[in-house]
Amino acid sequence: MENKPLDILESLKKITRLLIGIMSIMVMMVFVSIFAIYFDTPDQSTAAEVDPQSNVAQVATSQESVLDITGLADDPNIQIIAANCTACHSAKLVTQNRATREGWKSMIQWMQKTQNLWDLGKNEDIILDYLAKNYAPESKGRRAPLENIEWYELAQ
Amino acid sequence: MSNKRRAFLKKTTVAGLAMAWGMPVVFSKHLPSGMSLLADIKQDPTLPNGKHKDLSLLNDRPWNIETPPHLLDDPITPKDRIFLRNNGLVPEEIDIDAWTLTIEGESASQTKNYTLDQLKSRFQQYTYQLTLECGGNGRSEFNPPAKGNQWTTGAVYSAEWTGVRLRDVLNEVGVKNDAVYIGYYGKDTHLSGDVNKTVISRGVPMSKAFEDETLIAFQLNGEDIPLMHGYPLRLIAGGWPASASGKWLHKIVVRSKVHDGPKMTGDAYRVPCEPVPPGSKVAEEDMCIIESMPVKSLITYPKTGAMVKKGQTFEVRGHAWAGDLEVKEMEVSIDFGATWQKCALEPPKNRLAWQHWKAGISLTDSGYYEIWARAMDENGIMQPMVVPGWNPKGYLNNACHRIAVKVS
Repeated sequence: MENKPLDILESLKKITRLLIGIMSIMVMMVFVSIFAIYFDTPDQSTAAEVDPQSNVAQVATSQESVLDITGLADDPNIQIIAANCTACHSAKLVTQNRATREGWKSMIQWMQKTQNLWDLGKNEDIILDYLAKNYAPESKGRRAPLENIEWYELAQ
Repeated sequence: MSNKRRAFLKKTTVAGLAMAWGMPVVFSKHLPSGMSLLADIKQDPTLPNGKHKDLSLLNDRPWNIETPPHLLDDPITPKDRIFLRNNGLVPEEIDIDAWTLTIEGESASQTKNYTLDQLKSRFQQYTYQLTLECGGNGRSEFNPPAKGNQWTTGAVYSAEWTGVRLRDVLNEVGVKNDAVYIGYYGKDTHLSGDVNKTVISRGVPMSKAFEDETLIAFQLNGEDIPLMHGYPLRLIAGGWPASASGKWLHKIVVRSKVHDGPKMTGDAYRVPCEPVPPGSKVAEEDMCIIESMPVKSLITYPKTGAMVKKGQTFEVRGHAWAGDLEVKEMEVSIDFGATWQKCALEPPKNRLAWQHWKAGISLTDSGYYEIWARAMDENGIMQPMVVPGWNPKGYLNNACHRIAVKVS
């Protein structure tokens, strides 16, 4: 019974230590954020000199997280794809479309001509191979069967 | 360009990291509008505020969201069920006191600015129910596939717009005899972040601009236009591809030639002037601008997948529209188009509003059925049962709508 005030004091000390710990982490994260956003200014390289892989490394460190985040089909070159094809628009614009290699090439050319897409350089072939392989057209005929029907009882 | 992109990726990472740690997103205010945090995308990409949870997300940067047909059952579409097709990013800061509409251009007699208050007080206000459908609604069915957002049936709605007539404003400013076209400019931002780049600037010929129902609107269904749909001012040209109805409107140009802003030229909102075989390459000069949308209809009740008892009578209903024209007749089929049954069809509330139709159905044998619906416009043109003429960008699919029904 005499020990009780001491127990409370101990607990308070523990809680205080914990709070100080949590606050330290928060403060550190704020500093890291400020540093990353305001002090690590991008270099002055031109579009042609940019290495897209270095950009992706900042978005996600592992192959799995790139796939999770973008919903893109898996591929050894996924980081090049994500860096070049999701900077302006969402990956959903890629994954909902289907086209031949030639069709994808014409979309890239349209984006370069009208939408500020940069010169893809040596990555263009890598990107086109990826798109043609994973997002090729499937023949749908002139009218497909109704799909994804959720059956339910219609009330009388 | 590359620097901007790099800066964005970096910011997103920090924000995403902080979120993943269960921390507040310290620099979330630096994220461009309409942009989701990585942590959000990873889970279930959320719809923008104010949208019904069962709308389907096609794209979140820019926003492209469509409405399942059973959610379009209301005679006048409520704002939470209106599809969303943005080409760029939603403007961030809107100061309605400072907002002006400028009328200018080589075929305007003068350049004139109006504040919102001036527009509302100087001109008579009108309210019309107007049907707006995306030119690419139904694109997902084209074969070979067409590039762009893969809309199924849900990029259409009919809501009430309140505003002033474009004609009244143009008449006060003065239009020269050589005027051919008007074009709009809005305040949205290009996806690339380039603030000097116009996202989209389309328009209509003078004949459409001078119609009674072509409005400079400031209200949707009796309230301020929602931000995503063009607050505080939007040009509305019902019956034409919805892209002709410019959001966040701040400038209208009167042109002595067909307007040539972004997405007026090339193959945007254009179809081959004459029909082509599927998969053809079509030269730009052989592509013609889409004007009035074609005749079309939707079954909004019941929802597809209904199971009914043999002989159970149930109502089938929906809406029909035909661009600039009126729908004259509406039919449904229960046998894959072999026979058709006439529906009761209401006249439109006003010109360019969709029309409501209904029919009683009773299926006497058990099995799998599809109910098909087709409308006919006042010129006798009907919806096709298969996907209509292929075109490179997948516009104008008005094939009859189908729902599945099982009888036991």
